[in-house]
Amino acid sequence: MDLFIDIITGLCFFIGSLSIIIGACGLIKLPDVFSRIHAAGMIDTGGTAFFLLGMILQTGWSLITVKLILIGVFVFFTSPVTSHVTANLARKKNLMPVGKKIGKLL
Amino acid sequence: MKSISLFVILLGLWLLMSGHYSFLITSLGVLSCAFCVYVARRAKLIDKEGLPLFFFPRLFNYLIWLFKEIFISNLNTAKVIISGKIEPETFTVKASQSTDVAKVTYANSITLTPGTVTTKIKDNMFEVHALNSDFGNDVRSNVMDKKVKWLEGDQ
Amino acid sequence: MFLAALIACAFSGILILIRIILGQTIFDRVLAVNSLGTIIVIGIALHGFYTNRPEFLDIAIVYALINFIGTVAVLKLFSTGSLGEQRK
Repeated sequence: MDLFIDIITGLCFFIGSLSIIIGACGLIKLPDVFSRIHAAGMIDTGGTAFFLLGMILQTGWSLITVKLILIGVFVFFTSPVTSHVTANLARKKNLMPVGKKIGKLL
Repeated sequence: MKSISLFVILLGLWLLMSGHYSFLITSLGVLSCAFCVYVARRAKLIDKEGLPLFFFPRLFNYLIWLFKEIFISNLNTAKVIISGKIEPETFTVKASQSTDVAKVTYANSITLTPGTVTTKIKDNMFEVHALNSDFGNDVRSNVMDKKVKWLEGDQ
Repeated sequence: MFLAALIACAFSGILILIRIILGQTIFDRVLAVNSLGTIIVIGIALHGFYTNRPEFLDIAIVYALINFIGTVAVLKLFSTGSLGEQRK
């Protein structure tokens, strides 16, 4: 049973590592601010969720689990707010995203 | 009523974070929670949006659906980043929710799924930037809009 | 296992540092610093588990909150030129 939990934890860590490395590559590779926000969102959601899931599996059920869940809640509440503030401010400073525009923008 | 619920939530958080339960430390925690509630009342932070109770019965189902959606769009974003074929597009969608809390929930859900970002909000029109036309069609099909409308209930 | 995850965190941290150095606009840099903060939160938690001292999780919680407040404060300073409003 211990070995089984270890294997699942390793799998979670592997997916999380892959997620943050692909996100960091995207942060370098993509062309403008609005596209890079998607890569940052990938680091914030995919990476954090899988790493925290792995650590929760590793601890079992105690006070530490509650703290891990609290970290997850904080990150999941604050990440979209910072993304939106950055994007909104970039639009206010008249940066237009590359790519096509559909319809009339606000 | 709202002050009492805020006090209970703060005290629960304090007890979970501290881990020491001797008499002196717990009484100090109760005092600091009461002081926080007093400051929040003085600053008029407790308004009708402070504790959206009408969300809670359906919140669990919605969260499970949202996590599934986040996982799928993570996979798709990873594919797009690795293959390098991006064609960003910007468009506007209409939100059909009536309360402000539900609108914020909808905008945050759009931003939380990688691949789509809400860039501007005016009244109930959202301007959305998507990484690819697939993500754009996902938002434009209004599935998430209907889900948040259902989460809001009959307000 | 924890060591491998820590190495992955460090590697992507270096990649993000490249974006912070290259970044054309200030928004790129703020976004990259925010992502670096998230990776550091994960790294602190992993380091706590790696050395068998889970008390590090408290520091990770505080770092997550300060990361958010710092990002929003820098963006507000950049947009309005001040951190607060004068009361009339």
